[in-house]
Amino acid sequence: MATPIDLHEVAIRELETRSRYPWRIKACASTACQSAGAGPAYSAMEREISNSGQTQTVQLVPTGCMGLCSRGPLVRVLERGGDETMYQHVDAEIGSDIVKSHTGQRIPIQSNVLDHHGPFFAEQRRVVLANAGIIDPDRLESAVAHGAYLALEKAITTMTPDQVVEEVRASGLRGRGGAGYPTGTKWSLLAGAAGDQKYVIANGDEGDPGAYMDRTVMEDDPHRVIEGLAIAAYATGANRGYIYVRAEYPKAVERLDRAIRSARRNRLLGRRILETDFTFEIEVRIGAGAFVCGEETALMASIEGKRGMPKLRPPYPTERGLFGNPSMINNVETLANIPAIIDRGSEWFRSIGTEGSPGTKVFALAGKLENTGLIEVPMGISLRTIIDDMGGGVPSGGAFKAAQTGGPSGGCIPEQFLDTPVDYASLSELGSIMGSGGLIVMDDTVSMPEVARFFMEFCMDESCGKCVPCRAGTVQIHGLLDKICTGRGTAGDLALLEELCVVVRETSLCGLGQSAPNPVVSTLHYFRPEYEELLVDREAVDA
Amino acid sequence: MSERLRLATVWLGGCSGCHMSFLDMDEFLFDLADRADLVYSPIMDVKEFPEGVDLTLVEGAVANRDNLELARDLRAKSARVVSFGDCAVSGNVTAMRNPLGDPLAILERVYVDAVDRDGGIPDVAPIVPGLLAQVLPLHNVIDVDVYLPGCPPPADRIRSAVTALLEGALPRDRGEDIRFG
Amino acid sequence: MRERRKTIEFVVDDTEVDAYEGESVLQAARRHGFTIPALCYVEGLSVWGACRLCVVELAEQHQLRPACAVTVEEDMEVITDSEAIRRHRRTVLELLFAEGNHVCAVCVSNGACELQDAAVAVGMDHVRFDYQAPVRTIDASHPKYVSDPNRCILCTRCVRVCDEIEGAHVWDIAGRGRGARLVAEMGKPWGEAMSCTWCGKCVATCPTGALFYQGRAVGEMRHEPDMVARLVAARRDHQWIAPGAHDE
Repeated sequence: MATPIDLHEVAIRELETRSRYPWRIKACASTACQSAGAGPAYSAMEREISNSGQTQTVQLVPTGCMGLCSRGPLVRVLERGGDETMYQHVDAEIGSDIVKSHTGQRIPIQSNVLDHHGPFFAEQRRVVLANAGIIDPDRLESAVAHGAYLALEKAITTMTPDQVVEEVRASGLRGRGGAGYPTGTKWSLLAGAAGDQKYVIANGDEGDPGAYMDRTVMEDDPHRVIEGLAIAAYATGANRGYIYVRAEYPKAVERLDRAIRSARRNRLLGRRILETDFTFEIEVRIGAGAFVCGEETALMASIEGKRGMPKLRPPYPTERGLFGNPSMINNVETLANIPAIIDRGSEWFRSIGTEGSPGTKVFALAGKLENTGLIEVPMGISLRTIIDDMGGGVPSGGAFKAAQTGGPSGGCIPEQFLDTPVDYASLSELGSIMGSGGLIVMDDTVSMPEVARFFMEFCMDESCGKCVPCRAGTVQIHGLLDKICTGRGTAGDLALLEELCVVVRETSLCGLGQSAPNPVVSTLHYFRPEYEELLVDREAVDA
Repeated sequence: MSERLRLATVWLGGCSGCHMSFLDMDEFLFDLADRADLVYSPIMDVKEFPEGVDLTLVEGAVANRDNLELARDLRAKSARVVSFGDCAVSGNVTAMRNPLGDPLAILERVYVDAVDRDGGIPDVAPIVPGLLAQVLPLHNVIDVDVYLPGCPPPADRIRSAVTALLEGALPRDRGEDIRFG
Repeated sequence: MRERRKTIEFVVDDTEVDAYEGESVLQAARRHGFTIPALCYVEGLSVWGACRLCVVELAEQHQLRPACAVTVEEDMEVITDSEAIRRHRRTVLELLFAEGNHVCAVCVSNGACELQDAAVAVGMDHVRFDYQAPVRTIDASHPKYVSDPNRCILCTRCVRVCDEIEGAHVWDIAGRGRGARLVAEMGKPWGEAMSCTWCGKCVATCPTGALFYQGRAVGEMRHEPDMVARLVAARRDHQWIAPGAHDE
C-alpha cells in the first residue's frame, strides 16, 4: 500500500517550484474559453516561450474558469512579487505578443488588458470557486498547494462524525441544487439511519439551460468535490460515493476520473485514508443527459442502471435509497462548500451571506448584459448589484425587462424588484426560486409569453412520461402558449392555461412537473398584459 | 312555459346515427311536437338556418368548411347549443383521420393508396367543400352549452336532456348519461 | 388471518373508519365503500403512483396526495371528494383522453373500460384540450393478443404484472415525455418476444382496450384486473380454489 500523502510537504514543494519562475501565465482552459479559441492561444504561448528562450523564466499553467466568459479567452500574467495583469480576448496572436512583449520586455499589451479590479470581480466572494482559474485542475499537487484535503485531514483526524455533522448544521448551509434544504439536517438523517451500507452521492446532473456552475466546479477544482463528498461520507457513515455527471460534460468526467485516481494513489481515497480507519471509494457515473435525472429518486434509479424515472416519496433516500440502502444526495456546489466550512468553521461561514441563507452562491450570468460569465457572490447581494454593476447592465440601446432565475423551474423578476436581496426566501416570495444558479437577463425586445413557451418546451421534452399531469399537461400548456404566441389564442385558452398550471403544479409526481408551470405563472403575474394583447376572438381563428 | 319552443337539429360530420337515435324517442316525439316547432333539420327541406332558435342539437364533428360556417351561423342564431353525440363532443370516428395527416394525405390515402384502379384525387372544388386540416369537436370552434356524449346517445338520454332543456334548465348530475361510446 | 392484523382508526370524509396497519388510504377507504377512482393502481401489484387520479386531500397538510401512495396513520383525516379534487381528477382525465386516440365507439373495450368509467365517475362530459392525434402503430404480431398503443394510458399495469406476478418482464416503457410508449422485449414485435409466456395477465389487467384478445370486435373485450389480487392471495394462503367453487 502506498504511503499516504504528506499534504504540507507537497504544498511546500509545489510553492517552491512556483517561486523559481519570475513570471507565471495562467491561461483559462475551461469550456467557455476553449470554445472561444483558448486552445490555439495556449499553443501559441507555449511555442513563443520556447522560441524566445523564456522556458526558465515563464511558467505556463492551464487553469479553470476565471469568470468573465464573455471576454474570453482569458489569461492572467503574474509577476513574482509584483502585479497581476488580466487579458481578454486572447487569440493566438495576442498570446504570443504577451509572451514577446509582456514577459519578455515588461511591456503589457494595452489593447487587451482587462481591469480585474472592476465590479465584476470586486463584488465577488469566492469560496466554492476559490481555486477556479488559479490551479491546474489536472494536478493534485496544484490543488494541495491551495489547501485541498486539509479539511478532510482535519475532519477524520481531529473530529468525530457527529462533530462534523454539527459543524455543517451550525453553518446553516442549504442545498445549492435548488430547493435549499438544510444540508446539516440531511446529513444527520443519513447519519442516524440504520444500516451497514450507506451511500453519498454528488449530483452533477446540471440540466438547466445556460447553467454551468457545477460543471465549472467539477472541471476546475475536482478535488474540492471529492473532498466534500469524502467529508460527507465520514460524517454520515457511508463508505461508498458516486459522482453523477451528465454525459454532456465529458471534460468534467475526465478530470474527476483523473482526480479520483490521483487521490486514491495518495491515500486520500480508498482503504484507510491518511492512515485512519476511514475507508471510502468514489465512482463517477455518467448520466445520459435527462433533466429529470437531477431529481433524487430518478438519479438513483439511473445509477442503478435503470430507467431514470422518479419514485414516490416516502420512503426518502435517507431511509431507502440507492440499491435499497440509506443514501444522501448533495449538489456539487453544496459539497464544494464543505471543505471551507470544516477548515474555517461554521462561524466564519455564517459571516458571509444572510441569516437565513449563509454563504455564497454561484450564478451563471447570461443574457442581455455587457458582462456575462460565472460569478460567486455573497447571499443577500441585490439583483441590481449583480445585473447593473457586475453585469455592466443591458448593452446600450436596450432596456432591462426581466431577470429569470432558477431555469425552467424558476420565474421572471421585473424591474421593480431588482433591489431584492438574493436569498432563498426573497426569491420565492417573488414567485421565483434560487434554483441551481441560472440567471438570465432579458431586455425589452423579449416577449414574455415566448419566454414561457421556451421553458415549457424544455419541460415538455424533458418530462420522463411517468405521471399524467407532467407528461400530458406540459404538452397542453405548451400547446396553449403556442396558440397565444402565434395569435390563435382566445380568452378561453388563457383561462384554461391558468387552470392547467394549477393542476400540473399540484398533482405532478416529482419536482420537474410541480415546478414546470412556474415560468408561465410568474410571467402571467408580472406581465399579464403581454398575454392579453395577443388574444383574439374565436371567430378570427381560422380552423 | 306555454310558448312553443323553436327547435333545430343539425348534421355536420357524422353518420346521422344520432338523428336515428333522436327518432327512436318514439311517442315522446309527439309530446315534443306539442311543445316545440322544428324549424331546421336534415329531415326538413330548409336551406337557411333561421333566426331566433331556442335550442339546437348539433350532430357530427367539424370536418370541412361548410361545417365550420354552419356551426358559426347556428351559434349566432341559437340561444342554446347542444353537442349532440360523440362526434360533436370529441370528433370521434370522424376525427380518426386526424393522425393520418393533412387533407391531401387523407385524399391520397383514400383515392390513391387504398384503391385498385387509380383514378387520382377527383377535382371537385368548389362543389364539395374543402376539408379542414383537422377534424375538430364542435366546442373547438363555437361555444357549447350542453354536452350529450354517446355513439349514439341512447334515446332515453336524449329525452332526459331535452326535457330538462325544454324546462329551461341545464341537465345536471347526469351519471351514466354522459358515457362516451 | 386478516382479522388478526392490527387496526388503526382514521377519518375519511368525516366518517371514522379503521385501517389495517400498513394499508394505504386507497385500500382502506375502498374497503369501507368510498369510491376513489384510480387507473394505475391494481390490488396485488406494486404502487406506481403515476395516474394521479386517486388524489385525496390530507386535511392537516392541505395538500393533494395520491391515495394509493399514502399509508394510513392514526387519526389521519382524509377528504376524498371536494370541488378541487373533482376538478383535478377531471383535468387529469381530460389530459389522458386528449393524449391518445381514444375512440370509445370503435373500441373492443367499449362498455367495460376503466378509463371510460372514470370519465363517468368524475363527470367529464367533454375534453377542453386539443386532441393530440398521435401516430401510433398497432402490434398484432402475437398469435393470441393485440397491442393497440392508441388506447394505452401508460399505467404500466402490464409491465408490473408481467414482472411481479408472472416473472417474465416482457414489457417496459421506452422513450420519454409524450414519446413514452410500451415496448415488448426492448422494442420487438410482441409476437417475436420469446420471453412472453402467453399467460395473458397483461391483457387481463389492462384498464382500457390497449391490450386485447385477437378476434374481439367492438365492445367484446372484458378485462379481469381482480385476478391479480386473487393470485396473490392464493399464493400467500395456498388457497388455489375459490371458496364455494365446488358447490356447482
